[in-house]
Amino acid sequence: MSFGALILLFVGSALINNFILSRFLGICAFLGVSRRLDTALGMGAAVVFVMTCSALISWAIQRYLLTPFKLQFLEYVIFILVIATFVQLLEMVIKKYSPSLYEAFGIYLPLITTNCSILGVALLVAGSSYNLLQTLVFAVGSGLGWTLAIVMMAGLREELDFADVPLSLQGSSLSLLIAAIMSLAFAGFAGVVPNL
Amino acid sequence: MWASIGLSAVAMGVLAIAFALLLVWASRTFAVKNDPRIEMLTNLLPGANCGACGFSGCSGFAKAAAEGKAPADGCRAGGPSVAAKVAEVLGVKASGFKRQVAHVFCSGTEALAKRSADYEGWEDCRAADLVGGGGKDCAFGCLGLGTCVKSCLFGALSMGPDGLPIVDTERCTGCGICAQVCPRGVIQLVDADRRTFVNCVSPAPGKLVRQVCSAGCIACNICQRTCETGAIHVVDNLAIINPDACTACGKCAAKCPTHVIECLGPQEEAEPLAAGQAVQ
Repeated sequence: MSFGALILLFVGSALINNFILSRFLGICAFLGVSRRLDTALGMGAAVVFVMTCSALISWAIQRYLLTPFKLQFLEYVIFILVIATFVQLLEMVIKKYSPSLYEAFGIYLPLITTNCSILGVALLVAGSSYNLLQTLVFAVGSGLGWTLAIVMMAGLREELDFADVPLSLQGSSLSLLIAAIMSLAFAGFAGVVPNL
Repeated sequence: MWASIGLSAVAMGVLAIAFALLLVWASRTFAVKNDPRIEMLTNLLPGANCGACGFSGCSGFAKAAAEGKAPADGCRAGGPSVAAKVAEVLGVKASGFKRQVAHVFCSGTEALAKRSADYEGWEDCRAADLVGGGGKDCAFGCLGLGTCVKSCLFGALSMGPDGLPIVDTERCTGCGICAQVCPRGVIQLVDADRRTFVNCVSPAPGKLVRQVCSAGCIACNICQRTCETGAIHVVDNLAIINPDACTACGKCAAKCPTHVIECLGPQEEAEPLAAGQAVQ
């Protein structure tokens, strides 16, 4: 695997197959926590962290436990178990060693357990033939792409606070419209690089 | 088929137990020692998260109190009963908690205060104060748009029919949020047992006050001369009452030419008067 191919994998996972805007995963947090820019950044950082760690652990479980024993049908249950355990563990470690980071993450860390993009990355990695390095690049790229999308959304929604929005469009309806238009823009990335 | 069922059961079981053990180990290793008093204090506090104590919500105050950074009677909203319980948890002596309530220091009702403009902007006193100061001619009085009423977490404020907010002293916890949001400083916290008020905050000279409001303090000094205990002094065109020296005799209120002094009478049981009215 050349360095160039890794860059392509990164760009592909972050932009072309953006988790929110192309694969439509993790939408709940995308709409729920995109009201303020700083909380969106916090959520994004937490997602990158958990996504990378859980993808690596899932990769190892898939490769050394599920495939040898032909238990691939268990991947959903086991990956959820891995993610839930890992988020708990992470919370304890952060609380112990970095109370300020713990305060900053707040409720977002536990919320990540139910973020489907985390499970999505684990399942996509399991279904592919990535090695450890590729898994790492893919997970970090996906997480950063997710962060990019939610930060853009938060920026737009903060600006909307000052806009005169018609009554029928206020709130979630306008958020969904914005998400759809952003998604259309990201659809333009498809086909920029063949086979990505 | 049975083999794969058994295998998956074993795999799931082993993984689940392994993860459970991992979490048990982690929760012991990474345990953070929390002061148990913090939780006890959090449960004692009213939970309104009003921020009157100066900390970020009730849990913030509980943490600060447990660390000795906040006084036991720091919770304004909770009042003396909560202060006593907090002091008990902390093992300190409860200091004399003086209950405070909000008071509206303005008598400029719709009928008494002159109005030469109409404000049609955002219904918020702070906004009105920024753009020309609302409709009233008096640059110091209540704007009457009810920002204090909206800010009250305890439903203790309501907008009266005469355009001035009314404080329900039973419900008021003395958190002081209304005093903070009032752009004119018309609402202030006073001791709950205070009986006499000069309901005006205008530092303008008497002549100017007369031009804009017929219920303002015109600094005529009559109250200062009338008061037998020397509790009233006119400072900066405004009569100031020293509540410690005031006997609530009501003589100043009776003599006040603009009826801006409100006296509730010496007894606690005295019937409270609506803001803006004065004992004749």
